[in-house]
Amino acid sequence: MLKNLCQKMFGRSLWVYHANSGGCNGCDIEVLNVLTPYYDVERFGIKLVGSPRHADVMLCQGPATRATARALRNAYEAMPTPKLVFAIGGCACGGGIWHDTYAVLGPVEKVIPVNFYIPGCPPRPEAIIYGVAVAVGLVDKKVAPVEFKLLEMPVPRYHPADLRGRDEMVVYAKAEKL
Amino acid sequence: MSLASKFKEAMVGLKAGRVTLDYPAHPRPVAGNFRGRPVFDAQKCIGCAGCANNCPAREILVFDVCQEIRILKYLGRRCTYCGRCADVCPEKAITMSHEFETATNKIADVQQTLDLFMSTCQRCGRCFKESSPLEQLKLKGYRFDDLNNERWIFRSRAYLESEPVVDDIKIELD
Repeated sequence: MLKNLCQKMFGRSLWVYHANSGGCNGCDIEVLNVLTPYYDVERFGIKLVGSPRHADVMLCQGPATRATARALRNAYEAMPTPKLVFAIGGCACGGGIWHDTYAVLGPVEKVIPVNFYIPGCPPRPEAIIYGVAVAVGLVDKKVAPVEFKLLEMPVPRYHPADLRGRDEMVVYAKAEKL
Repeated sequence: MSLASKFKEAMVGLKAGRVTLDYPAHPRPVAGNFRGRPVFDAQKCIGCAGCANNCPAREILVFDVCQEIRILKYLGRRCTYCGRCADVCPEKAITMSHEFETATNKIADVQQTLDLFMSTCQRCGRCFKESSPLEQLKLKGYRFDDLNNERWIFRSRAYLESEPVVDDIKIELD
């Protein structure tokens, strides 16, 4: 649904605005690496612009900090309406490893709604291109939540109720299973 | 002069050829020592919570439903792929995969949840005692991390609610 919307709204090209709200610049370097001729994301029509008012997509790096949350919100509100937000890197997705310090509010999604997440610290340039390709609809996302449940206890539990008297001896009824 | 230099430039450009990766269509294999997303093997995991205690990003939560069942939840949002969990795992149940294409539209997609059965002493039904007092220090006792809010809870009175989830916590806190 979101993919169709993406394709409809952003059929021609995405202009991205690159917002760092307190990251370490690792993700910025990877994002700029994506724009170099080697990875060349301009073949998808992606172009870096300097103002959020020109942009369709906001690339967020870094957690929402106390000092920058308001500015991030303002930048988001300045973008024209069919807009997407990418959270790039572990800080923007989950708050980073300093998520519980006094200055960090948490992930970017606490301040602005996020459409696509690209975890990694920093994500590889290929991972960022993959996120863009997922958004544009070229490829499908690969990850799915993994849940593992054991249905049966592998070792039977000892219960005194299972003790049986047999010929002046007390035998544990499930002993052969132990 | 200017035309010659332009021609020279064009020759340089032609000689270099095409360098751009055709990425989503033809992926390039990653380097051998690349660390991607950690993958948890529930068959090997013994639920010691060493990964949860050593994770710098506090990404691995442990919740003890009862004495026998322990839920280990890897959130994967702010994981830095440092590989410390794989390093500390005594059973080598965590492997750092080469998987990096984890872009998603729901952050819950990168979670991994293991529902583990914990072994206790068959006689008394309690947990095993550690061999030395130093190793006992590393034990956290029962863990009641906040799975709903995805928050790591320290083993101290200050961070716990006034009424404990299970009565056993009174023993563990003292």
